Amino acid sequence: MATHKPLDRRIIFLLIFLGVALPLIFTLGFKIETTENVEKAFNLIENTQSGSRVIISFDYDPASKPELHPMAKAVVEHAFRKKHKIIFTAFWPMGISMYEDILGQLASEFPDLKYGEDYVTLGYKTGGQVTMQKMGKNFRNVFPSDQLGTLVSELPIMDGIYNFDNISYVFTLSAGTPGIKEWVQIAHDAYGVKTSGGVTAVSAPAILPYVNDQEQLVGLLGGLKGAAEYELLIGSPGTATSGMDAQSIAHLIIIIFIVIGNINYYINKRKEI
Amino acid sequence: MKNKLPLLITFMAGIIVIVSDFIPHRPFGTISGTIEEWFLIISGFAIILGNLSLFKVNLNKIQFKMENWQYSIVTLFSFILMVVLGVLWGMETNAGFLGHGESISSFLGDKKPFDYLFDNVYQNLSATMFSLLAFFIASAAYRAFIGRTFESKLLVVSAILVMLGRTTLGTYLTGWLPNSLDFLHLPNIASFIMKYPNTAGQRAIMIGAGLGIIGSSIRIILGIERSYLGGN
Repeated sequence: MATHKPLDRRIIFLLIFLGVALPLIFTLGFKIETTENVEKAFNLIENTQSGSRVIISFDYDPASKPELHPMAKAVVEHAFRKKHKIIFTAFWPMGISMYEDILGQLASEFPDLKYGEDYVTLGYKTGGQVTMQKMGKNFRNVFPSDQLGTLVSELPIMDGIYNFDNISYVFTLSAGTPGIKEWVQIAHDAYGVKTSGGVTAVSAPAILPYVNDQEQLVGLLGGLKGAAEYELLIGSPGTATSGMDAQSIAHLIIIIFIVIGNINYYINKRKEI
Repeated sequence: MKNKLPLLITFMAGIIVIVSDFIPHRPFGTISGTIEEWFLIISGFAIILGNLSLFKVNLNKIQFKMENWQYSIVTLFSFILMVVLGVLWGMETNAGFLGHGESISSFLGDKKPFDYLFDNVYQNLSATMFSLLAFFIASAAYRAFIGRTFESKLLVVSAILVMLGRTTLGTYLTGWLPNSLDFLHLPNIASFIMKYPNTAGQRAIMIGAGLGIIGSSIRIILGIERSYLGGN
């Protein structure tokens, strides 16, 4: 007996392409609602006193840029608005380019920021978890100088920072290992520093257990949706907000294909009986 | 001796690091700190080793015309090009051997050659590779996400609910529900699935993996597991 043929995958690819491309051109403007985890992360930055020294770690590379870059920009913008003094680190080699790009984008919005006083870029360090552990014991052993080669002892922002004791929070944008898990296990669990972060949508389910009553993670931003929610909270819609329509339609198309696939399966099964 | 010495070093290093966590005072704290510094230095060398290994593997592929050897030419060419450009004119704020290369930068829109290729080639190629997942996920979901058994039906239904709930479309579809039926709002259903069944499952996996790591660490420290020495 004849069975239903599966759809040509090229049709699926074409529909996904159109589903992603068209909403980027013609905005649908679906309403964005914030969720508890994003609000927690937002409140951590919102309620930290101005002048606090914080670490924002860029632990991702261009492959995850479409998802993590919008949230990185929103978080850094928020922290600068709250006048937090940001120490930028990178545990992925490409992380440096990522924060350099964000700083370039925000330069016109915050023209008065002074390097070495309001923010510092410490650059990339290898070693992952062990390096973080070492930072907790002696910051200056790991980062004796900044990315440009200036001794950290000559940078006002680093005055009195010898370990994690003077760090108000750590925020990591993480695409894998080393990343958010390692920061939780070292910065929060070993040294008690408030830790939050953003991850790609695909890795969010594995990180969610750390958002718990012990606040191992203070909230979590998951994928483009998390970034869009954060942009909404800081009142600065960006690429994540505009990308949500495309993501919504892409998800809808995938769901439609799942339904078609199941109908196909049941029709074929009935014919076999 | 060839085998015993590495085993002894592993045993000593492992025990000292563990003990220093419970007794962070001298001599354990100091020795543990030194071991951590050694680790950082060795990690730095690992990057060089990785690059050399990449070079050697691809060179071998080309030399012996192994399967898909043509791709190795592209890899090696890109590798050498980026290294040369970075060494000659530096990247971002750092100067190279020939300074900042102002004349070339002005030709490339005020970007150094390394940064120009990084921003306009590498970043876009990486993002494209990641974005291709959407096409393959759609195709794979159509073929594989079939509710054949009760468990797989559960998985399909939860996946659909989470996929809808994690988008703005979910908010739009059930946003009209009255407050008394708020628990049926798609983003709330998605949050519930993520917060309870997903987290419970993930924790079980994490605890299992954690116990596994402890087990294999003890085996390595005690010299029972020796595969890292190159044997079986």
